[in-house]
Amino acid sequence: MKIALFATCIVDAMYPQTARATVKILERLGHEVIFPSGQACCGQMHINSGYMDEALPVVANHVAAFEAKTYDVAVAPSGSCVASVKHQHPVLAERCGDAALKARAEAVGAKTYELSQLLVDVLGVTNAAEQLGSHFAHKVTYHPSCHGMRSLHLGDRQLDLLKSVGGIEVADLPEADQCCGFGGTFSMKNADVSSAMLEDKAKNIESTGASLCSGGDASCLMHIGGGLSRTKSNTTTLHFAEILASTITEPVSVTGEVFVGKGGK
Amino acid sequence: MSNVFMGMPSLPVFGDGNLHIDEPFPAAAHRELGNTQMRANLRHATHTIRDKRLKVVGELPDWEELRDAGAATKNQVMANLPALLEEFEKNFTARGGIIHWARDADEANRIVSDLIKEQDTDEVVKVKSMATQEIGLNEYLEEQGISAFETDLAELIVQLGHDKPSHILVPAIHKNRTEVRDIFLAEMPNVDPNLTDEPRLLAMAAREHLRRKFLSAKVAVSGANFALADSGTLAVVESEGNGRMCLTLPETLITVMGIEKLLPGKEDLEVFMQLLPRSSTGERMNPYTSLWTGVTEGDGPQNVHLVMLDNGRTAALADKYGRTALNCIRCSACMNVCPVYERTGGHAYGSTYPGPIGAILTPLLTGIKSEENSSLPYASSLCGACYDACPVKINIPEILVHLRGEDVDSKRGENKLPSQMDLMMKGAQWAFSSGKNLGLLEKGLPLGKLAAGRDKKIKRLPGIAAGWTQSRDIPAPPAQSFRDWWKKDHRPAAATTEQEK
Repeated sequence: MKIALFATCIVDAMYPQTARATVKILERLGHEVIFPSGQACCGQMHINSGYMDEALPVVANHVAAFEAKTYDVAVAPSGSCVASVKHQHPVLAERCGDAALKARAEAVGAKTYELSQLLVDVLGVTNAAEQLGSHFAHKVTYHPSCHGMRSLHLGDRQLDLLKSVGGIEVADLPEADQCCGFGGTFSMKNADVSSAMLEDKAKNIESTGASLCSGGDASCLMHIGGGLSRTKSNTTTLHFAEILASTITEPVSVTGEVFVGKGGK
Repeated sequence: MSNVFMGMPSLPVFGDGNLHIDEPFPAAAHRELGNTQMRANLRHATHTIRDKRLKVVGELPDWEELRDAGAATKNQVMANLPALLEEFEKNFTARGGIIHWARDADEANRIVSDLIKEQDTDEVVKVKSMATQEIGLNEYLEEQGISAFETDLAELIVQLGHDKPSHILVPAIHKNRTEVRDIFLAEMPNVDPNLTDEPRLLAMAAREHLRRKFLSAKVAVSGANFALADSGTLAVVESEGNGRMCLTLPETLITVMGIEKLLPGKEDLEVFMQLLPRSSTGERMNPYTSLWTGVTEGDGPQNVHLVMLDNGRTAALADKYGRTALNCIRCSACMNVCPVYERTGGHAYGSTYPGPIGAILTPLLTGIKSEENSSLPYASSLCGACYDACPVKINIPEILVHLRGEDVDSKRGENKLPSQMDLMMKGAQWAFSSGKNLGLLEKGLPLGKLAAGRDKKIKRLPGIAAGWTQSRDIPAPPAQSFRDWWKKDHRPAAATTEQEK
């Protein structure tokens, strides 16, 4: 299968190792990954901040970058960005009175999958240890990000994949379904409420005794990780794609730096 | 209104009353977050009610279908509102009720006050009602020399404590029972000075206090949960029985109801009577449901009035992307599951309607430009828990985002310097609307790494970004973006075909 990677802006610029891990997993399964070079961002920050006029060219750029028929499906290691592509893009195009863009956005949205959706629903991966060779000998807890959970209805796809990794111990996170308080510019506009939500999330994570908290959205993990870092916690965060990419011979370190094996540098 | 009637309907008017917040949400939230007792009370109460709701909702295999049915019925009502209102008026009037139409809070207050004065009394008993909270009826009546006694236990606590409700269903949710005991001891006439904080004793004290009022009051004021167009019937759903007392004992009953409360007919109650108690109190069925249709000679109130309140509802109905907010049945499930409400409490929202529904309904009723109401749609991380819990499937996150757009658009063209947020969004528009631009910007990543210093963390940022760094670090950026790595270093492991560069 030919799979177009939507890296997402935050992973592209801040967490390239997450996109590299995504590529590694898909190539390990024998698929061809392409990276449409026109891509930038889903526009969710603009939309969710109310800047619709400014969001329109960002959305139009994403649609233009991903509407080529040269790939089978698109994938992003983010529930939030995929939810934006699928649900927000057509709504924004309609609001801005661009019916043609709305139709094009719907077509792109229909072909776009969040990583665990693609792995489980399309590629039939249910056992990461067996099918991907995933191995990660650490105690991990897992935060299901809101948009993946409630907009995409991912259910336990990410968690089940993590549990099937060799050597891993997965600890249940108390009040897992509670938002970490990120919410994009909410974290700046309503910093006090956001911080209060984060404080509770961090406490729950630390109560599990896990050495790290995994999840499917780099933005939420940056938020949680940033809070844990500020309180000098020993716990850190790591995207589930990196855990799936980790093997016995090419392990990922818990600080998030990918050990790149052959095929990389 | 002093406008001369010109034969054409005037533009919808926005609502007034207790809907305008005078302090931006972030400032009010900052203050409320510091109230640790309130936060502990609220955390306990919201978590208890969340669990109860999940349990009783889980019992119904057709819960999702019920939600769909509720949403469809309400959408149909809003689409046919003018015809349904006329049908209701005809039937209500035919059964001896008298309808009054109120464009805004002021009109509604004057109508109710005049009706009370006609009965030669200066005391009324009240059934818990959001519409009368919204229009500030108690305050208005007090100015007119009329005392309104709240008979719902929690409303009574709030009234005796000279406080404001912080929740639409559990107005005293921010108080624990010890605080309630203290209010009763200080404010309730003839209360037993040895009253403890045992809930049963507190309820008994309130009952004794209220019973005297029920038996003497000549006029009752209520709200309504539903109005059935095909029969002219009104309905109140409650837990304590105080409502039943008010609806049956006094000679005069004045109901104040928003025009959006209509349902086509009694068969629709089948759906809503399953949705509402489960979503609000987490009960399979509420203890008291009262339905009344006009006047019955020799039985119950002989003067039955209904004030139909617009107060911004027509304006909300005119908003294509926001109108489903009018589908709200005031169950409060959204605030019980909201992580923001759980921490700030209802007072931070400033309006009669707090929580997620308040953050959309308040600015829809008043217009986004009213005082500080434009800060309300931002009072959400957009986690979506409210949408999942809503029994009539109001897509609250989507309407929050829509209203943020209305806010930003309403400020465009103002002759002001662009805000930091404006500048950030403009800059990001440039970066995010082309892969080439983002690639160029990413060339600067090593600078960020340098700025992060030896511990690889950015701990302080200026301006609005300081909100982030007040409790969070940012990791040092990588030396190379993914885009750059892909271009220069990616060697496909499996496929050998030409890669897109």
